[in-house]
Amino acid sequence: MADTLDMRGLSCPQPVFETKKKIEAMGSGALEVLVDSGTARDNVTRLAENRGWAVSLREQDGEFVLRLSK
Amino acid sequence: MASFTGFFGSKKGMVATGLFIGIAAAILQRLGNPANMGICVACMERDIAGALGFHRASVVQYIRPEIIGFVLGSLIAALAFREFRARSGSAPMVRFMLGFFAMVGALVFLGCPWRALLRLSGGDGNAIVGLAGLAAGVAVGVFFIRSGYSLGASKKTYTAAGWLMPVIMIALLLLLLGNTMWGASKSLLYVEPEKFAPFFSEKGPGSQFAPLFVSLGVALVIGFLAQRTRFCTMGAVRDVILMREMHLMWGVIALVIGALAANLALGQFNPGFAGQPVAHTAHVWNFGGMMLSGLAFALAGGCPGRQLFLSGEGDGDAAIFVMGMIVGAGFAHNFAMASSPAGPGLWGPASVIAGLAACLVIGFTMRRTA
Repeated sequence: MADTLDMRGLSCPQPVFETKKKIEAMGSGALEVLVDSGTARDNVTRLAENRGWAVSLREQDGEFVLRLSK
Repeated sequence: MASFTGFFGSKKGMVATGLFIGIAAAILQRLGNPANMGICVACMERDIAGALGFHRASVVQYIRPEIIGFVLGSLIAALAFREFRARSGSAPMVRFMLGFFAMVGALVFLGCPWRALLRLSGGDGNAIVGLAGLAAGVAVGVFFIRSGYSLGASKKTYTAAGWLMPVIMIALLLLLLGNTMWGASKSLLYVEPEKFAPFFSEKGPGSQFAPLFVSLGVALVIGFLAQRTRFCTMGAVRDVILMREMHLMWGVIALVIGALAANLALGQFNPGFAGQPVAHTAHVWNFGGMMLSGLAFALAGGCPGRQLFLSGEGDGDAAIFVMGMIVGAGFAHNFAMASSPAGPGLWGPASVIAGLAACLVIGFTMRRTA
C-alpha cells in the first residue's frame, strides 16, 4: 500500500511543497498524491518528474490521483 | 513533463505567455495606456475603484477593460479545458486583508509586480529597488510557508457561486460600454451627473487608455494563456527561493525580454531614476511598498494577476482577495497612503509598517504544527 498525501483544497504552493518534502524524505518508493486542481496536478507532476520520479494520473469526479514511483 | 500537461504546461508555453504579455503591454502603452503601465493589475483595479467612486483621486478613474478581460479570458480557458471549479472557504477575511495590504504596498511603490517588471523594461531604475523589495517580501513569506503557514483548504461550492466574479466583470463591461460606445452617458440620466458614478478621468493616467476593444481583446488572450500556464509573478520568485524551481521564472524573464525589445523598437525605453513616468525616487518606500506587497501575495498564494485568473476559474477566495485590493485602493487614496510622482503620501510609510506588522501577525499565528 503506497503512502497517501491528501492535498485537496489546498492552494499554491502547499501541494507541491508538501510533496517535495515527502519524496525527499522517502528517497524512493511509491506515493499517491490527491489533488483537486489542474494547477496542483501540473506542479506536483513537474516537481516529481524533475526529481526522477515516474508519474501516472487517474482522474475521478474532477479530482486527481497522482501515483509517484521511483 | 508528462504528456497530459501538454504545451501549456511546458517551458515553451510559459515563455510564450511571458513574451506575449511583455510585447502586448508595450503595444498597449503605444496605443494609449499610461507610460510603463501598458498593464498594471494594481493600478488598473485602482482605476476601477475610482471610476466606481470609491476614491476621489480624479486623475485615476477609469473602468479598465484589461481587468475584465483577464477574468473572462481565464473563464473561457477554464470552461474550454474543463477546469472551472467553484470553490471557496479558505480563510476569506484573511485573504481580503491580504489583498487590502497588497494594494496599499503597491500604491506606495506605484505598481504591482507586473508593472515593476514593465517599469524595469522601460528603463526605470527605481523598479530595481521595488523588485528587490518584492523578493525580500516573498522571502519572508517563504519562511512562513516553510514553518507550516496555511490558510487551510477550500471547499467545493455551488457552480453559481463560482460565476460571481465573471458576472461582476460582465456588469462592469456593460457599465463601460454603456457610458462610452453606446452613448447612454450619465448626463442623460441625472440632473447633476457630476455627482454620480461612473467617473472617468479627464486628465492624468486615468484619461490615458488604448482603444477599448484592443485592450479587451489582448486581455482576453492573456487571461486565456495565463489560466492555462498558471503564469504568476510572485510565484516565480517564491518557487526559486522555496524549491529552486525555475518554471514560472522563465515566464517572468520572457516578459521582461519581450517588453524590453518592444520598448526599444517603439522608442519607449528611457533609462534613469529621476523623472520616470508615474514613479518616485524614495528608495526606502519603493522597497518597503513592494516588500509589503510581496509578503501579502506570498501569504495569499498568488500575484494580483494570478488572483484574477483564479477568480475567473471559480475560486471565490481569490475573488475575495481582489475585492480586498479594490477596497484597499479606495482607502489608500482616501487616507493619503498612495504615492504620487512627488513621493509617498503623508501616511504611506506608516501604512507600509502597519501592513507589514499585520502580515507578520498573520504569518506567525496561522501555522499548522505538523
